[in-house]
Amino acid sequence: MSRIVVLGAGVAGHTAASFLRSWLGKDDSVVVVSPKPTYNWIPSNIWVGVGLMQPADVTFALAPVYERHGIDFRQARAVELHPEGTAEDPAPFVVAESTRAGHEGERESIRYDFLINATGPKLNFGATPGLGPDAGFSHSVCTETHAHETARRLDALVAEMKAGARKRFLVGTGHGACTCEGAAFEYIVNLEFELRQRGVRDRADIWWISNEYELGDFGMGGMHLSRGGYITPSKIFTESLFAERGLNWITRAHVAQVEAGRAHYETIDGAVRAFDFDFAMLLPPFAGVGLKAFDRAGADITPALFQPNGFMKVDTSYAPKPYEQWSAKDWPHTYQSPAYPNLFAAGIAFAPPHAISRPYQTPSGAPVAPAPPRTGMPSATIGKAVARSIVDMAGGAPGPTHRASMAEMGAACVASAGASLVSGTAASMTVFPIVPDFERYPDYGRDLRSTFGEVGLAGHWIKVILHHLFLHKARLRPGWRLIPE
Amino acid sequence: MATDTRPAPHLDPAFSSATRPSRLTVGLRTFLPWQLVRFVVINLKMLRILWRNHHAH
Repeated sequence: MSRIVVLGAGVAGHTAASFLRSWLGKDDSVVVVSPKPTYNWIPSNIWVGVGLMQPADVTFALAPVYERHGIDFRQARAVELHPEGTAEDPAPFVVAESTRAGHEGERESIRYDFLINATGPKLNFGATPGLGPDAGFSHSVCTETHAHETARRLDALVAEMKAGARKRFLVGTGHGACTCEGAAFEYIVNLEFELRQRGVRDRADIWWISNEYELGDFGMGGMHLSRGGYITPSKIFTESLFAERGLNWITRAHVAQVEAGRAHYETIDGAVRAFDFDFAMLLPPFAGVGLKAFDRAGADITPALFQPNGFMKVDTSYAPKPYEQWSAKDWPHTYQSPAYPNLFAAGIAFAPPHAISRPYQTPSGAPVAPAPPRTGMPSATIGKAVARSIVDMAGGAPGPTHRASMAEMGAACVASAGASLVSGTAASMTVFPIVPDFERYPDYGRDLRSTFGEVGLAGHWIKVILHHLFLHKARLRPGWRLIPE
Repeated sequence: MATDTRPAPHLDPAFSSATRPSRLTVGLRTFLPWQLVRFVVINLKMLRILWRNHHAH
């Protein structure tokens, strides 16, 4: 009889909890601890951010779904890990602080036999002064609430543009260490499409700003595609898409500060510039959620379990090495904590061993280093593999039985480029493996037979189908197990 | 129409030299018969990734 606690109900945590409940026996229990009462299908937040969907279209309440399937749900934020228990009781436990209305701040200790840290990221808007919708001057699509606010601001600007005003838009990454460039890419091309649909495109100047060395890097070193008789870098296709749509770009940039209507940025060649905008959608860098860990005597052992950025250490070495010396083999396989065998991390919560894209910095020392993407398909695949290992370990296996290295795993991604069932488009991409492996694939680091990309209406249809399919799966409706991650 | 009197942002010189798609390429992106074919092809390519992921571990 085991109790498995899952921290977080995003793609990785929700996937892990669902499969754990499905695979474990009735005597075992699965507890999900998440500070939000809802599940958010984040890839569709882009459409909320341009006003084509409402927050209710991309979220649903977790409690009834979990109740129906026998998963114990605690609406709370995990704050402390005690992997050795206490001096009196060696049973490991996690301390969670309630976020439920009327019970805010109430603390509860939840005992576990196995724990999955799938807390996702802290949206670290504070890394750049003035960044973000809450205490700053830029917008975001990271949550459904942020995306909804962004759409309302866009509506107001469109009204002014219809009255004759000219507006300047800035979209991209709000710090040199950001990840998720793909989400910002989706937003800028959807924004451009939507302004066309609303008849005001000719009154908009739209700019991209990012920490990528080249357009199309997406934090994974870009990719090469075999098209038209040539092996061509993704930079060519992305620049082409931007130029075709009249989207200007600034790359190799660290946004140092955002003020009302102005972003200050520095590039790796030392240029320091300001950009005046009417609307900015700038993504924040990610950090761990700030979990603290303590040993049985109550001593702080956080540095033993977590990297300084708050992400959890798993089965790999984090000793610093020059970028050139890293290899695909360095990526974790089982996501088990090296310190405690019953502790795992999944999704964004695990600490990547190194950057996939070559890191740079500005002359003043600011990082221009895209962090590795690990959202969506890899998050779900990792969550499922960790769940399977835990089920086997609970059944007597001596260690993790399943692997899900991002250097041995491919990913499929559909990036919306305009939402219309007859005139919309999306960039459909597959990449294998996610982390380039130059030992297996010496020329480009990836298998070009499984790495491709193209823009077209078919991609938009797939994106719409995936929206409904993955929400059906997340709601654990009939047949959910048949839908792949 | 109103004009923007603010300083012009720095323009990346790569913008003017970027590859542009031909009219045929742009047209095919939303040409229904062709996109029905691509719908099948893209799904097969994605299934290939799923198959490889499933059999890798």
